[in-house]
Amino acid sequence: MRDDPTAPAVETAGLTKTFGQTRAVDGLDLVVPRGGVYGLLGPNGAGKTTTVRLLATLLRPDDGRAVVLGHDVVDDAAAVRRELSLTGQFASLDTDLTGRENLVVQARLLGRSRRSAHARADELLAAFGLDEAAGRLVNTYSGGMQRRLDIAASLVRTPRLLFLDEPTTGLDPRSRRHVWDVVRELVDRGTTVLLTTQYLDEADQLADLIGVVSGGRLVATGSPDTLKRSVGGDVLEVRVAAADAVRATESLGLPADAARPPASGAEHDATTVLSLPLTRPVREVLDVLDDAGITLAGFDVRRPTLDEVFLALTDEAVPA
Amino acid sequence: MTATIPAVRVSVLADPAADTTPSTAWGAVRVFAWRSLLKLRHTPEQAADAILIPFIFTVLFTFLFGGALAGSPREYLQFLLPGTLVMAILLMTVYGGLSLNTDVSRGVLDRFRSLPAWQPAHVVGTLAGDLGRYLVASAIVVTLGLVLGWRPDGGVTGVVAGIGLALVFAYALSWVWAAIGLVARSPQAVSMLSFVLQFPLTFASNAFVDPATMPDWLQPWVEANPVSLLVTAERELFAGTASFGDVAWVLVASAVVVAAFAPLTFHLYRRRTA
Ligand SMILES: Nc1ncnc2c1ncn2[C@@H]1O[C@H](COP(=O)(O)OP(=O)(O)OP(=O)(O)O)[C@@H](O)[C@H]1O
Ligand SMILES: [Mg+2]
Repeated sequence: MRDDPTAPAVETAGLTKTFGQTRAVDGLDLVVPRGGVYGLLGPNGAGKTTTVRLLATLLRPDDGRAVVLGHDVVDDAAAVRRELSLTGQFASLDTDLTGRENLVVQARLLGRSRRSAHARADELLAAFGLDEAAGRLVNTYSGGMQRRLDIAASLVRTPRLLFLDEPTTGLDPRSRRHVWDVVRELVDRGTTVLLTTQYLDEADQLADLIGVVSGGRLVATGSPDTLKRSVGGDVLEVRVAAADAVRATESLGLPADAARPPASGAEHDATTVLSLPLTRPVREVLDVLDDAGITLAGFDVRRPTLDEVFLALTDEAVPA
Repeated sequence: MTATIPAVRVSVLADPAADTTPSTAWGAVRVFAWRSLLKLRHTPEQAADAILIPFIFTVLFTFLFGGALAGSPREYLQFLLPGTLVMAILLMTVYGGLSLNTDVSRGVLDRFRSLPAWQPAHVVGTLAGDLGRYLVASAIVVTLGLVLGWRPDGGVTGVVAGIGLALVFAYALSWVWAAIGLVARSPQAVSMLSFVLQFPLTFASNAFVDPATMPDWLQPWVEANPVSLLVTAERELFAGTASFGDVAWVLVASAVVVAAFAPLTFHLYRRRTA
């Protein structure tokens, strides 16, 4: 099959994988467009890793099909492997070789000469801040260093499609940001990145599109903004003195449960927060309160976070 | 020591001009063989195994059994050395299976299986790299034997041919361990099985004792044991009296083992998930 450049990078239909009684991936229909970052989110055990392993030809689907860059993952697995790189959820390193040897082995298998393989290994070691540790056995590396080497190993060749399964778990903040930069650089060069993560801020930072899976199925998909809007619009939070709370609620025509104490000890105890959907202009709300003679302690416009999206979408859909 | 991300951004992109076509099947086999030798170098306990075990076997068996079994250690050595060589090498055939099992448990298999290289190269090359171990062990047994008074009438040709034949058989046998390594739960399980299987296989052969001295019920097994075939061929090659049949049987046995276990191993390799 020829690769059609307008077709999605990944397209699955009814993709299914069961392990004994567990339906790890259960009729998944996923479309990952070309270019950009697609973030796959979902609770533990939702089937993210299984999906990635199916797409990377490491597992055979029990049912349904998956096409990666125009190649069927079952019928044309070899062609799929020519296009993609994978950094799995758990490190896949030769711990009794040195960091450099790990990369050289990859580069040699990808067809580089001895010399060119060493040159490429050194480039990557420098880019990932591992040049000083290059000659040490990987079993002496810290967890974060191993993680970085693992990511480096999947970039020996710049792939057209990169799967990163929780790439930044266990990385310090600087290393995490570095991995984000690496992802952005790859995307600029035209690589499509499929990323799973438990850090919703990471998905927010990187992903152009997000798919939320739960129980092996896709339960929502869209841009981070669309998803946030889907669980509710922007919210106006108004802080007033506790003594004014009832009067304020009434004058704004809000239900009694719109008033709640502030989240933590951050505010003075004597204030109350009123949350109201941002369906009328902020000024109007403030004017109403002003007319009622209520003094504002402060106000905030807040958009739901991806955390709230995540909790709302995956709450009721806990896998059996 | 800390390892920090460089302050200046360094590109991770591969130079497009250096983009290559994946290595050929033969190239991939060589890379895996090289990797297996690197591991031997980095793992001193395994290197010690390749040196110490043959050393201990040769010295210990010569002096321990030599007096009792053949009158004098020097005399016994003529009979014993081929057996010692075979045992030292065969005990090491488990390493390929161990290495594959370790690759499974560390997730390395996933990385190799997602590469566009010829997949069986991982197994073929890993086992081929182990020929290095067998060579080290052979060199030790032979050198030590010569020092202790072993005098092969077959000369250099006989010794080289003998080692070559032992290597062929060991390579074939290592495919059995590769298959076991791909189904076993842990490296410990593989090691355990290797003790359980290899000791009876080598001791219930003509490697150390003339089968004529063994109980009747054991003799048919000892004669059919492929290790006996190998040891006989080794004795004849070292003595310079080998017939075509002696050698051919060992080659046939090796070919049968590979023909049965290579396809099985490849199948297991494709199916195994961590
Ligand atoms: N090899 C396996 N054998 C048996 N069950 C498995 C196997 N791999 C995954 N599972 C099961 O399949 C389900 C999905 O697992 P998967 O690893 O895909 O989840 P995940 O979304 O990646 O979770 P996490 O966020 O914890 O990494 C789980 O119930 C898991 O127990
Ligand atoms: Mg996972």
